[in-house]
Amino acid sequence: MNKSRNPKELRREGLTSSSSPGRLTGKLTTHRGMATWGERLVPIGEFRQAVKATGRQLDESRRRLATREFLKARPDTTTLEGPFNRIVVFGGIYNNHLALEALLEDAALRGAEAVYCLGDLGGFGPNPEKVWPLLENGEVRTIQGNYEESLSSDREDCNCGYTDPRDNHFAEISYGYTARNCSDGFKKWMGSLPARRRVRLGARELLLVHGSPRQINEFLFSSTSPDSFLEVLLDQEGCDGLLCTHTGLQWHRKLPSGRNVVNVGVIGRPANDGNPHVWYAFLEASAEDVAVKLVPLSYAHQRLAEEMRHEELPAVFVETILAGWWTTCLEILPARERRLSRF
Amino acid sequence: MTLAPERTSCTSDRSAPRVSLGSLDTLWFQVGGTLCNLACTHCFVSCSPTNHTHEMMSLAQILPFLEEGVSLGVKEYYFTGGEPFLNSEMEAILEKTLGFGPANVLTNGLLLDPDRCVRLRQIADASDYSLDFRVSMDGYDAQSNDPIRGEGTFVRILEGISNLVAAGLNPVITVTEVLSENGTVTGKERFFELLRELGIAKPRLKILPVFQIGAEAERGGTYEHWQRLRESDTPGGCWDHLQCSSCRMVTDQGVWVCPILVNEPSGKMGARLADTLDSFPLEHPACWTCHVYGVSCKT
Repeated sequence: MNKSRNPKELRREGLTSSSSPGRLTGKLTTHRGMATWGERLVPIGEFRQAVKATGRQLDESRRRLATREFLKARPDTTTLEGPFNRIVVFGGIYNNHLALEALLEDAALRGAEAVYCLGDLGGFGPNPEKVWPLLENGEVRTIQGNYEESLSSDREDCNCGYTDPRDNHFAEISYGYTARNCSDGFKKWMGSLPARRRVRLGARELLLVHGSPRQINEFLFSSTSPDSFLEVLLDQEGCDGLLCTHTGLQWHRKLPSGRNVVNVGVIGRPANDGNPHVWYAFLEASAEDVAVKLVPLSYAHQRLAEEMRHEELPAVFVETILAGWWTTCLEILPARERRLSRF
Repeated sequence: MTLAPERTSCTSDRSAPRVSLGSLDTLWFQVGGTLCNLACTHCFVSCSPTNHTHEMMSLAQILPFLEEGVSLGVKEYYFTGGEPFLNSEMEAILEKTLGFGPANVLTNGLLLDPDRCVRLRQIADASDYSLDFRVSMDGYDAQSNDPIRGEGTFVRILEGISNLVAAGLNPVITVTEVLSENGTVTGKERFFELLRELGIAKPRLKILPVFQIGAEAERGGTYEHWQRLRESDTPGGCWDHLQCSSCRMVTDQGVWVCPILVNEPSGKMGARLADTLDSFPLEHPACWTCHVYGVSCKT
């Protein structure tokens, strides 16, 4: 039954414009006990009655069932690698072949049995092709990042989609330079990389991804990844630990369940903390658990800066390598991480 | 099921595609109800100082949903209205929420006085999770902004933004395309210029299209008949690019599918979050806007 007020009545009260009977006027400042139903006015009681009659109200046992069904595990047929006792995991090379060289030396010194790269090989730095042989010769087990996904499918940009035209300008330079200077063979190889890996480390099974287990380009920043969210993610994936990159900032958290989540950071550029060094993760099996260490890595950053200048890459990129502060594309940073930033 | 009388902009469509909830990442609260100290001419929920369609929510009302959100793996919490800072418990709500995860507040900026901004900074610093703000404006000068948001609002919005910035909080400025220039490269540059003049070295901007519902329907017209989604609009019927595939909205009257449809009773899905984990029919013309413009209300 239509209990809406008569448009004539509403017009008398000045609640609607005469040209559109039954609709709100844009200048409305009083609703006089009326509810807004779409662009119409109805008595509040009518709106509430309709609301009450709409939607489900399950009993508690059905709610528990619905929740369990919603959170059920996602099947994963990824082959399990290992077992290992010591692994090195890193991400975001961003063409920084000098940091990659330093990392491989460090991994050997630490006795790592396997070295994993979580993707984003290109962008930002100089001479992308120098990275490929280092990965191949170093037997680095690599995962595809969003950069490799874009490059191997000949996308015209990195699809970052920044709102600030200045950020887009630099993102385009970065992507365009890498795309022009990567061989077809290297791009094809990028296209063949897996989206995820599962690794046995001691008694624990770890899931390695680029962004998140759900999306290649999801950002898992520390300040926007609540414990409860991560616990559900790990439950659904049936793993004892999660390793990711993509944000450029490293962090490690032991969840209330005892499982580890590690964003391994990137070796391509500093972590926006005013230091020129970069970061990777070293994981070692202990009796029943996994010991996680985030490791600062020094490399020949002055040499990289020279090479970037020689390649005529933007001065603001070189500044980041030397000073350790990000100068572009800060849009991705959540409020907390941004407050720690210089810019 | 709905008791709606004949509608002007939404008719039930049996062929409407359905969107599944893949994960509940974003949990919204209509914490200010539909009550606002402004009555913007393009407000898709027609908020005003006297619109009680949805009432403000207390911390006690919100808490059970925060706890339920934890069990469902919610990633982030958003607070909107109406104007959230009309709610006297808003700061307490934020403090509590930041114990669960990151929080975002969508505000018109008019109630952001220096003291409040300092307190908000303290609340932000006390949590390991992010507290972020979105301040709305609709023009880069008073001449373009004030006819939409109200006389004298431009200056007051800038004051609010400046107070946040002075407290070390860099808000995202939300601008709608109510003025078509706003979304263009030139329009965006004007906003960035304005914000840099306020001392924000790295301004943040979010552009949103308008939804032709609520007050905006009166200002700019309603949807055309053809502006509706059909199964064939996406290959494979995959709708996970829509925000309703990963969000729900809580008001004082229950849980809605998304932040846009709170003034449509048919958008209500249940009383608790667990009631709303099923799919939803994309039959409202506003769903067409989300699909075509790639809208996400979150930052």
